[in-house]
Amino acid sequence: MAQLVCRDLELGYEGKAVVKHLNFEVNQGDYLCIVGENGSGKSTLIKTLLGLRTPMSGMIRMGDGLEADSIGYLPQQTVVQRDFPASVQEIVLSGCLGRFGWRPFYGNQEKQTARKQMEKLGITHLAGRCYRELSGGQQQRVLLARALCATRSMLLLDEPVAGLDPAAVQEMYELLCTLNREEQITILMVSHDVGAAVTYADHILHISEEPLFFGTKEDYVKSETGKAYLSATGGGRHV
Amino acid sequence: MFELLGVYFQYPFVRYAFLVGVLIAFSSSLLGVSLVLKRFSFIGDGLSHVAFGAMAAATVLDVGHDTAVVLPVTIAAAILLLRTGQNAKLQGDAAIAMISVGALALGYLFLNVFSKSANLTGDVCSTLFGSTAILTLSKADVWLCVLLSAAVVLIFTLFYHRIFAVTFDETFARATGMKADRYNLLMAVVTASVIVLAMKLVGSLLISALIIFPALSAMRLFKSFRGVIAASACLSVLGAAAGIFLSILASTPVGATIVCMDLVLFVLCCLAGMCRGR
Repeated sequence: MAQLVCRDLELGYEGKAVVKHLNFEVNQGDYLCIVGENGSGKSTLIKTLLGLRTPMSGMIRMGDGLEADSIGYLPQQTVVQRDFPASVQEIVLSGCLGRFGWRPFYGNQEKQTARKQMEKLGITHLAGRCYRELSGGQQQRVLLARALCATRSMLLLDEPVAGLDPAAVQEMYELLCTLNREEQITILMVSHDVGAAVTYADHILHISEEPLFFGTKEDYVKSETGKAYLSATGGGRHV
Repeated sequence: MFELLGVYFQYPFVRYAFLVGVLIAFSSSLLGVSLVLKRFSFIGDGLSHVAFGAMAAATVLDVGHDTAVVLPVTIAAAILLLRTGQNAKLQGDAAIAMISVGALALGYLFLNVFSKSANLTGDVCSTLFGSTAILTLSKADVWLCVLLSAAVVLIFTLFYHRIFAVTFDETFARATGMKADRYNLLMAVVTASVIVLAMKLVGSLLISALIIFPALSAMRLFKSFRGVIAASACLSVLGAAAGIFLSILASTPVGATIVCMDLVLFVLCCLAGMCRGR
């Protein structure tokens, strides 16, 4: 059974549709990249999948033990966070709050989960450090560890490499690849970097007014939409 | 010096003032960290002006217990202001500025047109700067203040991690199934209550200082949320206590003295922060 199925989804703001007839499905262990121009509705799709807004019409079905609040979300950084006084440990732990019930404090289980995720991402040595003093790449790892605390099966990333330097971008992509292959964590990523998308992902969802594209990356590279978008953004270099 | 303080502290109203001053400073500093980080530094200013306007209206209408009018009005304004953060046609800072100035003007106008008091300027001045109100606290006021502070501490202990999560990243908190709206509402109600009470101490103009100074000072020194909260509470209590002592010894206005102490502490923290090489 698919983890996530979207059928004939229509998304938009204030009664005006941005995306129509959106159909796709995601299985456990898939690596799906969502590409498209600015304002094409990528962020709206993310918010809808997370249950933060309701679709105008259509259906989203989650299965395989996945629920809207058990998706690990890596948002774009906000201005507030850049000078927020918080230790790495505090931030990573806050990812556990979702399945926390009504208890006021963290128990051993949460602390262990946080420790495990920090180890996995190689940021254990940063646990006591202040978030705002870290480099962009390190900050993203912290937020990724937090997202992993909130999920066991699916990560949803919104422009995870925006604002990172080239070395950090590379590291981030490889990290995601490892998580995807070794832990079978499903990855849904919104990205501008269509070149990297066709390199790392196995499925592509191209959102624009019309035509939409959903399929494997091999088909995408051959499709008209894909060809046009790849050459327009100069993203063909990886293929 | 200590003898003089000893003499003053024999009077119950001085002891009340001290207790209430320290408790209010403590509660507002806890709230302050979250408000400053969420870019709501001006909420203290805005809400206290709303409270001033409501108080003026209550005086004019001759309502027996003015807190009964002031508190609900201020809470409503707080909910309105903190909510505009998300889907606002009016930006948060503009909304706060507008409500703040509007309420201040309305309040002053009410008092001016309908006033029964002979000493209008004095009335307005003491509401705005709280110069004498703290010395006329009743036992009921003190108990109310103790209860409210206890409630603030309890809320902060129970919801500490959730307040952190909602302050740091509201979208993520919502995405993981937290009811962020509830915590925003809770914060709005508590903030409004503290501000209404704090008006008695420092007056409406200086409440902002109690909310932002300790938080800002603590952020110079500490780098974790827990550290900042704890330091903010300590610095605020220190500033309030020192300010009250000093105002007794030098016979200066209480509110202004407390704020000056907070300012001194802020400068000291800045220097300490710089010395540690940040």
